[in-house]
Amino acid sequence: MDQFLAFTVVGLSTAAIYAVIGSGLVLTHTTAGVFNFAHGAAGMLAAFSYWQLAVGWEWPVPLALATVLLVLAPAFGLFVERVLMRPVQALGEAERLVMTVALLTGCIALARWVWDPNTARPLAPFFADRSAIRLGPASMTWHQAVTMAVAVAVAAALWFLLHRTRAGTEMRASVDDRALAGLTGADPLRAGRLAWTLGIQLAAVGGILIAPTVALDAQQLSLLIVSAYTAAVFGRLRSLPLTFLGAVVVGLLEAYLAGYLPRNDFLPGLRLAAPALLLLLALLAFPHRRLRGRDRRLVRVPLPTARGSLVFAGSVVLLAVVLVTVLTEDAIISYGAVFSLGVIALSFVPLAGFTGQISLCQLSIAGIGAVVWGHLGAHGELWALPVAVLIAAGVGALVALPALRLSGVYLALGTAAFAVILDRWVFTLPAFDVFGVRVTLFDQGSVPVTGPDLFGWHLTSPTQLLLLAAVLLALASLAVAALRRGRIGRRLIALRDSEAAFATLGGRLLGAKVAVFALSAGLAGLGGALYGMQLQTVTAEQFNLVAGLPIFLIAVIGGLGAVGTGLFAGLAFVVPTQLFAELGSWAHDLSTLLIALAGMGLAHSPAGVAPRMHAEWAKLARDRTLFRALLGVLALCWLLAATNAVNGGLALVAALVAALSLNARASARRQPAPDIPVEWWGLRRPWKPEDGEVLSRATAAS
Amino acid sequence: MGAIGGPLLELSGVRAAYDGITVLHGVDLTVDAGQVVALLGPNGAGKTTTLNVAAGVHPPSAGRLNLGGRDVSGARAGDLARSGVCLIPEGRGVFPNLSVRDNLWMMTFTGRTREEIEDAAYARFPVLGDRRTQAAGTLSGGEQQMLALARGLTTDPAVLLLDELSMGLAPLVVADLYERVADIAREGVAVLIVEQFAAAVLKIADHAAVLARGRIPWQGPPDRSLHAELSSYYLGSAP
Amino acid sequence: MPLLRAEEVSVSFGGRRALDTVTVAAEAGRVTGLIGPNGAGKSTLFDVISGLRRPLTGRVLLDGHDITRESPARRARRGLFRTFQHLELFGRLTVRDNLLVAAELGPGRLQAARTADRVLDRLGLTDQADAPADALPTGVARLVEVARALVLEPKVLLLDEPAAGQDTEETGRFADLLRSLAAEGTAVLLVEHDMSLVMTVCDEVHVLDLGTVVASGPPARIRHDKTVLAAYLGEE
Repeated sequence: MDQFLAFTVVGLSTAAIYAVIGSGLVLTHTTAGVFNFAHGAAGMLAAFSYWQLAVGWEWPVPLALATVLLVLAPAFGLFVERVLMRPVQALGEAERLVMTVALLTGCIALARWVWDPNTARPLAPFFADRSAIRLGPASMTWHQAVTMAVAVAVAAALWFLLHRTRAGTEMRASVDDRALAGLTGADPLRAGRLAWTLGIQLAAVGGILIAPTVALDAQQLSLLIVSAYTAAVFGRLRSLPLTFLGAVVVGLLEAYLAGYLPRNDFLPGLRLAAPALLLLLALLAFPHRRLRGRDRRLVRVPLPTARGSLVFAGSVVLLAVVLVTVLTEDAIISYGAVFSLGVIALSFVPLAGFTGQISLCQLSIAGIGAVVWGHLGAHGELWALPVAVLIAAGVGALVALPALRLSGVYLALGTAAFAVILDRWVFTLPAFDVFGVRVTLFDQGSVPVTGPDLFGWHLTSPTQLLLLAAVLLALASLAVAALRRGRIGRRLIALRDSEAAFATLGGRLLGAKVAVFALSAGLAGLGGALYGMQLQTVTAEQFNLVAGLPIFLIAVIGGLGAVGTGLFAGLAFVVPTQLFAELGSWAHDLSTLLIALAGMGLAHSPAGVAPRMHAEWAKLARDRTLFRALLGVLALCWLLAATNAVNGGLALVAALVAALSLNARASARRQPAPDIPVEWWGLRRPWKPEDGEVLSRATAAS
Repeated sequence: MGAIGGPLLELSGVRAAYDGITVLHGVDLTVDAGQVVALLGPNGAGKTTTLNVAAGVHPPSAGRLNLGGRDVSGARAGDLARSGVCLIPEGRGVFPNLSVRDNLWMMTFTGRTREEIEDAAYARFPVLGDRRTQAAGTLSGGEQQMLALARGLTTDPAVLLLDELSMGLAPLVVADLYERVADIAREGVAVLIVEQFAAAVLKIADHAAVLARGRIPWQGPPDRSLHAELSSYYLGSAP
Repeated sequence: MPLLRAEEVSVSFGGRRALDTVTVAAEAGRVTGLIGPNGAGKSTLFDVISGLRRPLTGRVLLDGHDITRESPARRARRGLFRTFQHLELFGRLTVRDNLLVAAELGPGRLQAARTADRVLDRLGLTDQADAPADALPTGVARLVEVARALVLEPKVLLLDEPAAGQDTEETGRFADLLRSLAAEGTAVLLVEHDMSLVMTVCDEVHVLDLGTVVASGPPARIRHDKTVLAAYLGEE
């Protein structure tokens, strides 16, 4: 009984923190219409800033607190509202979601860059010098008492703000009916600013309160918030009282699990994964209303031509050949990931690009592909590769089942929860038996991975593995392009645009959704196996949620609907990291930060970079003379570099200059602008195949 | 209030289009101060568009809009609202999760104090005073419309534009609401009412106009001859 | 025996009766009109018939089969198709691809392209075939929704305000289309606010008001029915 009371005190004090953080999340969600994935990351940054001021620079605690809570947090909130969110407000729900994922990734990378993760940063609890308060048989520390008092104060203050002040009433009015609120003199922008300021402040309070009880680690702190998300989902992301109730449920559950769960090899991970598991269950249990309306502006899905896809696939293989002849052995190992990560990034295209379903667990599924291949193909057995793909596809089909009930932000949240469950529990399990089949995952360590045995020819060298990955990326790109051009691609896009019309025309929603999840998971599994071969040994950390976010972001930047996104993502992910590698150990954080920043530029090119590049270079490809000249110059540069006649970097620069000038030449030969206004294309004159391209370029430029 | 004597609100030759498709083909309509004008017609005739043009929400593609003898064609909704034009759109213009008091509180942007607004609203619609702490979404349909009217009247309008006030309400409630509207008109407000259900509004209207396919083929006093006209436009036996 | 029959269908939204024991029928080879003021429950009835909404009570019969509990897709395979008042086109696809998706969901998958082109030609949409569907003016978009249903050669076709946004000439052509569809044996159920269209093409009209059928009969009788006029004018 005493123990129970002690656990209850611990549970209630964490519940208080979740309630504070969760109420901030609900506030920004209802008022600004944005589910902020980076809410926890904001709290994490606040905790780090507080540590810097109070411990690092030894400021007095009240001054440090005031600076973080009253200056830094509101400033950050206003920055997010003004610079990041307002430009994407007019775009779809998916774009707003991507923006907050970019913010989350950026915050983690920034924190790791500024505060070296290898240094321990202890943060003392509040009033640590006072002795605990006795409550009969149990006791409560002053920090716990303060935490609970803060939660109660926050609840009271929020109630007062929302019901007793004009500004708070205006916020509630904007939630009820944004258009009407605007008509009656309320300023929706002001309500949005207030919501962001308050929301980030609440996240900061939570972050500072929770940091002393756990390690000050960027990734851990940002994801600790999963529990706060669960609390907010209890409140259906709308109701503050229900969010507080949800926080109590989650906090107590975690404390009791920690106290009473039997200790063996299988269950400690479950305790860590419990909040994510609860989040997934809460998402599935409560019906969710979609956020406001439909996407106002549809981002088109590019339609590749058969010839174009072949040219692209050929270029992928050619690029690989160029790389293996020009690069040194070490560099080939690093650049191999261009193609394997490319396959993983390509797996977003059918799922998110065609069907509009955002999954944040693709890298986790790739991890399953890698580990299955590592065990079954331990000696390079070729049959194990399709088996790895099939098992990954099976897991994908499993993920599809919740996807039938969830969409948009809720699906992204659900797949993120799934990834966390894999990271914290499933991937940490020792080998176990299911129906007599021995299942081994990461075996609580690392798994060696080798290349496949291709008809008696065992591929093991970095060169061979790079070429294998490139050929498979080329084939996968061709397959995805064929998918887009064919019946299934049309069907998936149709499903996204109108489920009601699709169903009433005789389409099966269940089959189509399960199929696309399985398909893209299979692709991710293949990419994971290839990635594993290049890494030679794989660990669970290489495939966790946070590692997967930058890949998702690059795929978005490349353009989720474009087949070229696979290669683009591979290049954009690997090349900057390699270039910065010479600068120091923080190169990885810097390049992740750059990716996050690029993701935040999304509003300016919602269709992605790949379609834009395609539009800019298509003319050159169609101009036979200039295209042949380009091929000649490229071949010459390659020859010079491969034979070491000139420095590789010099040859690359020469090739780029030649390509750019030839492209400028091709653009100059452009036809005069059409004189029929754009709105009437397809009405006053027939729609021409190149019209879509012209339009997407025009909208990308504007 | 606007110039007494001449028409307060005047639409002449107004045309309007959505997506390049013309919805109004030249509408002429005048409303004097203190007058109730009913604009009737079948669905899709362009009634709501006419109101939106009069409120400046939708810009006309041709024609003129006069307010108190002043040409205000092309003025924006905000400017017209400040000049005394108040539109109460279809559906209830209230915040369902806010209490009656808080709904009225949102109108303090007009410069009046919270107490003034509440006193005026409860004096005109005592039932709102009885329900002041209740969430607007839990009020009956008629009470919600009263709240919307009360909110609109806070702006001290010279011209009141009402869109489908009777939507989804029982006939008795509609009759009662229109009695209140008649009271408002007697205070000198020019009222233009768009309705699909003609019967109730004709009891208080001084003037009626039928809108069909973007034109006004008939207007005059609301007497028996109107009935025949309406039936032909509603049920399609018109030329 | 009518091809489609909705029997005593009732639907409630949060305690309010949207449909109250409504019975309507549509016969093969005829155009049946469904009219009534705004909010009368016409689109709700379409949702019940097409399977997007379960009725509280009542049943839907298609060709003698009780389809009340069948999924929308199952009903589509029985030959029942609809259009939507709030457009539900596949906005990211071209007009032709919109039709192709439908054709490929049907039995004649191999001739899908040919079927799509034939329907485009029949509705005069060939020039717009390659335009993205979300770039179309409303009137044309509504026509594309009709075309998309037509590629599957419906036995029963539910049209929800298909002529909204069309000018007089286009409406005239659309009336001809409806007549020829009926002549081919299709049962057409038409919700439309353009009364001259309803009165000229319909063989039978049901009038819905506040969730109940207040009158049924041939257009000539409906036009002079006192209850119908009262429904529109709002008299008791």
